[in-house]
Amino acid sequence: MSNIGHEKKRNTKEWIIAGSVLFVFLIIIPLLSTLPGEDSWCRISSFRLNLLGKFCCFAILALGLNLAWGYTGILSLGQGVYFGLGGYCMAMYLMLKVGASGHYGSVLPDFMVWNGLTELPWFWKPMNYAWVAIPCVVIVPMALAGGFGYMLFRSRVRGVYFAIVTQALALVLAITLVGNQPLTGGTNGLNDFRAIFGLPLRGPDLPRTEFILYIATIVILFGAYMLCRWITRSKLGKVLVAIRDDENRVRFSGYDVANFKIFIFMVAAGLAGLAGALFVPQVGIIAPANVGIVPSIEMTLWVAVGGRGTLVGPVIGALLVNAAKSGFSESFPTIWLYFLGALFLGVVVVFPKGVIDIPNMIKRACRKKSKRAEVGVGSVGDVEKSNELSDKTSAEETNVT
Amino acid sequence: MRKESIIYMEGVTVSFDGFLALKELSFYMDYGELRSMIGPNGAGKSTMLDVICGKTRATKGRVIFGKNDVNITKMPEHDIVKVGVGRKFQNPSIFSNLSVFENFELSLRKSRGIFPTLFAKTTSKDREKIYSVLETVGLTEKAHGKAGSLSHGEKQWVEIGMVIAQDPELVLLDEPVAGMSTQETERTAELILSINKKHSVLVIDHDMDFIRNIAQKVTVLHDGTVLCEGTMDEVQKDERVIEKYLGREE
Repeated sequence: MSNIGHEKKRNTKEWIIAGSVLFVFLIIIPLLSTLPGEDSWCRISSFRLNLLGKFCCFAILALGLNLAWGYTGILSLGQGVYFGLGGYCMAMYLMLKVGASGHYGSVLPDFMVWNGLTELPWFWKPMNYAWVAIPCVVIVPMALAGGFGYMLFRSRVRGVYFAIVTQALALVLAITLVGNQPLTGGTNGLNDFRAIFGLPLRGPDLPRTEFILYIATIVILFGAYMLCRWITRSKLGKVLVAIRDDENRVRFSGYDVANFKIFIFMVAAGLAGLAGALFVPQVGIIAPANVGIVPSIEMTLWVAVGGRGTLVGPVIGALLVNAAKSGFSESFPTIWLYFLGALFLGVVVVFPKGVIDIPNMIKRACRKKSKRAEVGVGSVGDVEKSNELSDKTSAEETNVT
Repeated sequence: MRKESIIYMEGVTVSFDGFLALKELSFYMDYGELRSMIGPNGAGKSTMLDVICGKTRATKGRVIFGKNDVNITKMPEHDIVKVGVGRKFQNPSIFSNLSVFENFELSLRKSRGIFPTLFAKTTSKDREKIYSVLETVGLTEKAHGKAGSLSHGEKQWVEIGMVIAQDPELVLLDEPVAGMSTQETERTAELILSINKKHSVLVIDHDMDFIRNIAQKVTVLHDGTVLCEGTMDEVQKDERVIEKYLGREE
């Protein structure tokens, strides 16, 4: 069948692209950060490498959110919650590792000491152990997402209403973190880490740690991408797309829709938690400001700008938007917010399918132009018909990458 | 329930905030029947299908289905599907972003849990079944095109195909020829007759010519209850039916 041949060609093309991207990120960029001299133009400074690592954490989160939103149609405006939970778990572990070498020479983190605590709160105690803290980074967000999802999806809460509830949860978590300073570090969050698994997070050896964390993030990002690819290519992935298309019909084809929604929502939460955990040692802090409503909405915008419903789109979106944010705020500190606003307006008005659709958009525009030239100043009906045709073919083209 | 009956509705009442869409409706259908249901708009035809497939809960009464007399009155929709009821909706409800092939693939009577679907492989048996359904509805050539790019009539056939692919015992068709051309309507009538060879079918429609083509037994619904039942001729000659429904058409 021609379809299988087409499929094989698409697969090889994808492997080539994925391979080259991985090559750039895993080999070229690290080389450019170590080999060229300090003053060379092509040197990627440790600062920029660290920044790229941070962006890739966001890309992992975007991949997860895309599974829920782009593929299943579940708009979550509160992914910050799961990002934060993963981040806080990792941060708690790192803070406890500081131990007696902190300011007060106490096993308790500094902020607890000057808040008057004498004992470690119960939920901090397990975070002393890596074999608890690391799995928690993924398990805690997934558990919350599962419980939350169960309550909402079983009651068939969906669409805007679901989105609003996710916002509410983000707000609740942010407020809880802020209001419980002795337990959570309050507005300041958790910071001042010394080391991660023996690698120093301060001092002259920091660039080396940052390098290693960058590599780790890239590898995990690639793993997350492969996971998403596997899920979306499976029959379950098709059920998810079907749910987005016509939830009712899926129900009447014998599927328990709520279960699928809960499942993918949990996967998205797990990836967000993982992203948070990788973010913490690279940025050095996690705070309620990373958890609440505004960061959550930003996360959704990364996916929208990149192109939801495709696998690569969210990664591009996360990298692009955050790079723009960094770049603009560096070069135009007073007006960078306007640039950001313009970018989002651009997405809504000009390329609603995201940046990744731009090549297709150009193709369609060229096709329409050539059709018009062919038809000449013919009847309006002809032009409309040929436009319909090109819309149909481009509808087929929009492959779910 | 009688042994020959595939479905039996007893005293089913559906109240929407006081408005009674169905009033103590009793209805039964036998295995292998091709039953047509007609009646004016608002008579409760779609609501009756909704109650059977679980989309709407009956306020009173019960629905018994199948050889094992399963009480499906309060079952969730996806379980009713698994018991053997397939429903086609009035507006074509298909998965526009998937191919026709994939639409049928998802409808197959296979394990529908999270992990089974995650690890599922399309077997050659599956493929056979899907291609046989494609042939039945006449869409073999459009198998791998996006379902959303088909014409309205073709989308109706895709949905009918999806229902057949589920291997249901009872097929519920809600206005299957709505919006179709005369040719398409004829083809759909043939399709339904061929479906009837292996499934029991309940069809709702307004198109009298179409009903006449396929009708064996006809049930006339009016104001939430069964007004009259019989062959097309009997029903058309019935005084009450002429007064309340068909008569207005002359």
